[in-house]
Amino acid sequence: MKKALQAVASLVAVAAVGTWLATGAHRGWTKTSVQKMTLDEVTGIESPSYEKKFVAGVDFLGAGLLAAGGLAGISLFFRHQKKPD
Amino acid sequence: MKTKLVSLLTLTALATSALAAPLTFDFKDPKGVNNAVFKLDAPLEAISGSANGVSGIVTFDPEKPGDTKGKITVDATTLHVPHPMMKDHLHGPMWMDVARNKEITFEAKALKNVKTTGDKTAADASGTLTIKGVAKEVTVPVTLTYLKGKLGQRVPKMEGDLLVIRAHFTIKRADYGINPGAPAEKVSDEIELTLAIAGAAPQK
Repeated sequence: MKKALQAVASLVAVAAVGTWLATGAHRGWTKTSVQKMTLDEVTGIESPSYEKKFVAGVDFLGAGLLAAGGLAGISLFFRHQKKPD
Repeated sequence: MKTKLVSLLTLTALATSALAAPLTFDFKDPKGVNNAVFKLDAPLEAISGSANGVSGIVTFDPEKPGDTKGKITVDATTLHVPHPMMKDHLHGPMWMDVARNKEITFEAKALKNVKTTGDKTAADASGTLTIKGVAKEVTVPVTLTYLKGKLGQRVPKMEGDLLVIRAHFTIKRADYGINPGAPAEKVSDEIELTLAIAGAAPQK
C-alpha cells in the first residue's frame, strides 16, 4: 500500500509538472481559452477573439504538487509489509 | 416654366437638405470586430479581458461632427476573461451581476473641445455611463474617424459609410459598486477601458 501510494504520488507530480511544461509553463492562472488578436484592415480596429485551449497555470501546478505531497504524506502512515520468513 | 423652376428649386433644396442631414450609424457590426477591453492593474495581480457584444446607434454629421449624439450598449454577458473561475466571479453578483444588469451603456449627449483634421475628429464626449445599474455623468476623450464610402470594402454589395469610434479612459470600480470590498492591492480600483468600434450607415 505504501509503495502504491508513493508511486501514485510520483505519477501525479510528474503529470502536473509535465502538463504545466507542455502547455507553455504559464506563470499566471490556468486558462481554458487563449486570446488571438485580429486586425480589421478597413477600420484599423484590432479585436480580441478567444479560442478554446487549456493552458495550465501555477494554480494547476501547485494543486498537482500539493496532491502529490498529500499522497506521499499519507503513505508515511503505512508500514512496509514484512516479507514472511 | 414657372412651375418647372419651382419644382427644380424644391428638388435642389431637398437634395441639399438630404446631403446635409446627419447620418445614422448602426454599431451592430456584422464582422464582430467591435470590442471593449478592460484592464485592472493592481500591485499583486493584473486582470484583463474584453467584451464583444456591442450595439447602438450614433448620429454623425460630417459637416458638424460636434453635433454627434448616440448611445452605445455593451452586452455584459459577453464579458470574457481567460480564467474560467475568474469569469464566473466577474459575471457573479459581487462583480458585474450580469443576470440582473445585462447592459453597460454610454449615452453621449454633447461633444466639447472638438478638433477635426481630415476625416478624424477628436473631442471630449459628455454623457451618462451606466454600469451595473449605476448611472454617472462622465466626460471621456473620443476619436471619431469618418470613412466615407468604405462600407462596401467590409460588407460586399453594400454601399455607404463607416464611422470608427475609439475611446480610452479610466473609471473607479467603487463608483459603480463593482465588488467595492475587494482589496486594492489584489484588484485595482481603477478600471482602464478601451473601446474600438465601427458603425455602418448604408446608403438608402
